[in-house]
Amino acid sequence: MPAPPRTLSTEAVVLRHSDWGEADRVLVLFTREQGKVRALAKGARKMLSRKAGHLEPFTHVKVLLALGKDFWIVTQAETLNAFLSIRSDLLRTAYAALVIELLDRFTSDDGENPALFQLLVNTLSRIASLEDPFIAVQYYHLRLLDLTGFRPQLFNCLRCGKEIQPENQFFDFQEGGVICPRCAPQVPTARSVSLNTLKYLRHLQRSPFETAQRADPAPSERNEMETLLEGYFTYLLERRLNTPHFLNEIRREIASRR
Amino acid sequence: MAGLPAPLEALITAFERLPGIGPKTASRLAFFILRQPDEVAQQLAEALLAVKSQTANCPVCFNIMLAGQERCQICADPRRDESQLCVVEDPLDVLVIERTGGFLGRYHVLQGVLNPIEGIGPEQLRIRPLIERVQEGRVREVIIATNPSMEGDATALYLRQQLAPLGVRITRLARGLPMGGDLEYADQNTLLRALAGRQEL
Repeated sequence: MPAPPRTLSTEAVVLRHSDWGEADRVLVLFTREQGKVRALAKGARKMLSRKAGHLEPFTHVKVLLALGKDFWIVTQAETLNAFLSIRSDLLRTAYAALVIELLDRFTSDDGENPALFQLLVNTLSRIASLEDPFIAVQYYHLRLLDLTGFRPQLFNCLRCGKEIQPENQFFDFQEGGVICPRCAPQVPTARSVSLNTLKYLRHLQRSPFETAQRADPAPSERNEMETLLEGYFTYLLERRLNTPHFLNEIRREIASRR
Repeated sequence: MAGLPAPLEALITAFERLPGIGPKTASRLAFFILRQPDEVAQQLAEALLAVKSQTANCPVCFNIMLAGQERCQICADPRRDESQLCVVEDPLDVLVIERTGGFLGRYHVLQGVLNPIEGIGPEQLRIRPLIERVQEGRVREVIIATNPSMEGDATALYLRQQLAPLGVRITRLARGLPMGGDLEYADQNTLLRALAGRQEL
């Protein structure tokens, strides 16, 4: 068996970092070639670090990594996109944090997934540039579920298999999709979902982003969509997410100042 | 296998809890203490106990101070300018700014920084007391001195939102090229700000 390569030159997105030792930082990177990896950035907390500025969370970078004893070690780093408009806006920061947290939780180390990498980069640049990133984030949610193997069934009832009729429906986390009103009594854990919200979810699931972004759900539908997906994530991950609370807090602040 | 005497084991376990100390270093430290004269252990033990029992947070700025005082040295000093308030993440930041000798106002220690990914929100920081302090009306300028990082930026943005309606001047420490640095390795963010904040020679 050939020895694994000792260096890796790759594009990556910095998911998070934590302090390590005296002046180092451990980064969690999502790379195009090797999925999620941990890498040590030596001296990244020093003022004169040549790397630190390129290795903040949410940054899309080009890095050169060398295989160390326990970690990859960052030897060079260059920003491709720092997404400055995310960092100068609290709401965009909160959306980006949600996107990053979900990616982190749904992936394990060293699982290559180039499509997911592309989705992440696209989503961050949409959050950075769109007037209202809400749809881009919901679109990301559905694509993330596709790419990690949790695509919800939104077109046929998971009990009777019949195509969904235009009426209010039910959604069950355990079954992973819709349950029609006829079958719902047999599934006590199913929660109701309005027809309109379901239509938006289906639209996002089957359309490319260019089409999907034209969706314009009403506030109540936005709310329902978000609550449903968040509930589904919590069920799949078996833990609560940190970022939705932060996002809601920021939204409340913004609403209270209007 | 014969184990170590329980008191020694207990000391090793205690050392292991410290950051950056593994089992080997912990044993080495424990045996070092064992070989030293009694006073060394005595002094260490007293210092350890005192650090918890004899310090407290200043009720005004949340910096650390000697327990039993009404407020910290800086807050109690009438020569410090009340109209300038420097907001920092933790007490160590107060120390480094004090060392420069260039700031004569007062401080407010947030005791942390917003971290959306880890779920650290505004209610976990000392932000409410900061707002109340500013509302009292003697502060004219709030200098935000959080770190130039994603978390520090988020905190600064949040503070600006909260403080803007109070009509005080809000500033943030400048960001630019460090002494002895190299333009070639500067990141976009720093360089853009250095350019925007360039100064007349």
